[in-house]
Amino acid sequence: MSFAWARPYEPKSGFMRWLDERLPLPRLVYGAVGGGYPVPRNLNYWWNFGVLAGLFLTIQIVTGIVLAMWYYSSADGAFHSVEHIMRDVNAGWAIRYIHMNGASFFFIVTYIHIFRGLYYGSYKAPRELVWMLGLVIYLLMMATAFMGYVLPWGQMSYWGAQVITGFFSAFPLVGEPIRVWLLGGYAPDQAALTRFFSLHYLLPFVIAGVVVLHIWALHIPGSNNPTGVDVKDEKDTLPFHPFYTAKDGWAAGAFLTLFAFFVYFAPNYMGHPDNYIPANPLATPAHIVPEWYFWPFYAILRAFTVDFILPAKLWGVLAMFGSILILFFLPWLDRSPVRSGSYRPVFKRFFWLLVADILILGWCGGAAATPIYVAISQLAAAYYFAHFLIILPLISAFERPLPLPDSISSSRLHGEQKEAAPAGISPRRGATAAAE
Amino acid sequence: MATLEQSAQGSDPAESTDGVRRRDFLNVAAVSFAGVGVVAVALPLISQMNPPADVLALASTEVDISKIASGQAIKTVWRKQPVFIRNLTPAEIKAANAVPTSELRDPQTLAERTKPGKTNWLITLGVCTHLGCVPLGTGEGENRGPYGGYFCPCHGSAYDTAARIRSGPAPSNLVVPNYEFVSDTTVRIG
Repeated sequence: MSFAWARPYEPKSGFMRWLDERLPLPRLVYGAVGGGYPVPRNLNYWWNFGVLAGLFLTIQIVTGIVLAMWYYSSADGAFHSVEHIMRDVNAGWAIRYIHMNGASFFFIVTYIHIFRGLYYGSYKAPRELVWMLGLVIYLLMMATAFMGYVLPWGQMSYWGAQVITGFFSAFPLVGEPIRVWLLGGYAPDQAALTRFFSLHYLLPFVIAGVVVLHIWALHIPGSNNPTGVDVKDEKDTLPFHPFYTAKDGWAAGAFLTLFAFFVYFAPNYMGHPDNYIPANPLATPAHIVPEWYFWPFYAILRAFTVDFILPAKLWGVLAMFGSILILFFLPWLDRSPVRSGSYRPVFKRFFWLLVADILILGWCGGAAATPIYVAISQLAAAYYFAHFLIILPLISAFERPLPLPDSISSSRLHGEQKEAAPAGISPRRGATAAAE
Repeated sequence: MATLEQSAQGSDPAESTDGVRRRDFLNVAAVSFAGVGVVAVALPLISQMNPPADVLALASTEVDISKIASGQAIKTVWRKQPVFIRNLTPAEIKAANAVPTSELRDPQTLAERTKPGKTNWLITLGVCTHLGCVPLGTGEGENRGPYGGYFCPCHGSAYDTAARIRSGPAPSNLVVPNYEFVSDTTVRIG
């Protein structure tokens, strides 16, 4: 699609030619994920996680459609309908556990995908819109996951809905009316449950639509790569099929094995036992935390404990939303023309500090809100914002990057004749064979 | 790319004389195994649409028939389907037995459709064998059709006093479910 040497689609049979002239769908597929889409030849395993995210979106949509065949979005019946799925529906337990753990795994692969983009500078020109569309997908995923977690109408569902909609009450004047409007009442009840179910069913299809835009925008410049150097000629690329279809297939198999381990041997490891208690509007569970994938943001929310001009509650909510919104400005906060962190010695160190910082935030977010964890959250939250607002602009001004390779192919094929040669054949013969 | 070009030229050392490469086996094996995986995933997704355990567990229902006078019928429910229980009058039994089975679309005698010694108790599903409507004839004053049994208002199938199809589009008699008399006044269906 993007490069001059991309192979055009050639119909192999009369029927495919007939179809191609009327509805060039095979041509679209061939150019997007077939032999007609050239991809940098040096992508490492971190580049598999985009396809894996697409795989988990598909798993969630398929299992979700099936669950919706049995689930009732009724405040009286929701909890029982989930138990009915678990006990009576044929293979219902497997389908629900796949959906439940699929949400966690969707976030795992998405987080790896995001950190890959952060390290290799995939957010930089000309891929700013790819990055921003990805963030939109991420926000939609968070909304979808939250509303899905409410549907079983257990204790964590109920109090999750209460706390998350409570964020909006932090805003002065309009906050409380917005919260009541979102819930359709003063506390989560039938109206909230039904609208959450409706939106939980809708949003994954919206995500799928934004994914199409994300991939479309990606395919204009083509994928970034571990060197961050632009593709220069055909030697730098391989056709997507069969090279990356095979590699993605392998990665999907490996990752699904890990997924199957959780589904079949530890299905509730990433959940909360309290959610197997039916919702009780009169008793909050002693230790209430969101699902693990929200922990870093939850820590930022709880880090603000002192009123300073604005109330502490509002600061917490603003900081939490701000921690994601700031990522939309990342392409302009990091001014360095070098994309890949591998060639940026200072950036690389601070990248890993950021990873550690977010892990610490996650750890604090999952822990009880005792003073020591709140104090750690405050430091870590401050560092999070400092990384993007202070450290990154400074690094891009003062850092001296390592020399970049001339091209992708020269970085990959710099005299490793031994590696490039077929097994059992001497490097010299291998080199001549490659030259043929 | 080197290996690809070599194999296209037929100089791949892994290629045997008949033109089959080891890679072909790998390709076939990998794609076949993916196919096995797709089937394994599809099976539970299809099977979940079967009746769940709680529906299958509603397999039998007990009915008190002591209040049904001769000539009356009731509708009850078994597996969410209507069941007709009719206490036939001697005249209705006589009328049913008077019909030669050779004249019937679905030949069965009244004795074959009832329990021995209880031929006055006609128990059938209230589901027309044409397209599943509930025939009329159980309630007081409902149209019982030209043969005095049941009459389906949807497409005009008429059943006689043994609930056998006599005219109209239905292919077979009203179905007799499995049932047994627990006592003289209680019957268990299913």
